[in-house]
Amino acid sequence: MNAELVTFFVLAIIAIAAALGMLFSRSAVYSALFLVLNLGTVAVFYIILNAPFIAMAQISVYAGAIMVLFLFVIMLLGTELLPPSKALPWQRPLAIFLAVILLGESIYLLFIRKAATGDIPQPVQTFGTPQAVGQALFTSYLLPFEITSVLLLIAMVGAIVLAVREKGK
Amino acid sequence: MVPVTDYVALSAILFTIGALGVLIRRNPLIIFMSIELMLNAANLAFVAFTRVYNVLAGQIFVFFVMTVAAAEVAVGLALIVTIFRTKHSIDIDEMNNLKG
Repeated sequence: MNAELVTFFVLAIIAIAAALGMLFSRSAVYSALFLVLNLGTVAVFYIILNAPFIAMAQISVYAGAIMVLFLFVIMLLGTELLPPSKALPWQRPLAIFLAVILLGESIYLLFIRKAATGDIPQPVQTFGTPQAVGQALFTSYLLPFEITSVLLLIAMVGAIVLAVREKGK
Repeated sequence: MVPVTDYVALSAILFTIGALGVLIRRNPLIIFMSIELMLNAANLAFVAFTRVYNVLAGQIFVFFVMTVAAAEVAVGLALIVTIFRTKHSIDIDEMNNLKG
């Protein structure tokens, strides 16, 4: 057991516990905060895996922008005050059964396919630096990058059109 | 070094928890968060494999996944707000207007 393995397992347990907390907490606000914790631990994994740019983007985009949007909508709607609807009796057992099958399948595939396993090699010096990522983004992937800007514009216009109330209605 | 199997196994566990959340929760906001968790698990697998094969394409793809997720959340939350305004409830079971 070296230090890196210990770090991995501690972070993995925090990530899984936060995900389960998101799933089972009664209040949607707590769910959102647990998800922020999960996204934060995954950002630490990105740093361990030599992806500092992605880690910072994860914190600023996911934990910053997206989850703040979620929290605003949760507080804006105030759906915690509404009475809960009647649950279907077979929904939960069936869902857990299907989830166990999904997990079993993925773990089985992981251990059957030996090609993807093995230790992680030592990377070259500049691997995954923001400079390298930016270089790839603005040379080989320039067209997809420009298309995402159009996509974000479409999303912005769509959100405004959906959310704005027309006058006089 | 931690073997890549561990990262992919963690990613699989997080993805399963997300899928379970979509199946058992009935608040569309929580379902949405579970979808974000699944995207996040897929991103973790991408970054782990990027590191193994020493190609940057995986990290670039994660960047695009994040952008699409941000766009999706903006539109999806606007839709939830609009549905709440018309039906005064966001329970997933009551969105059955298309049912014959």
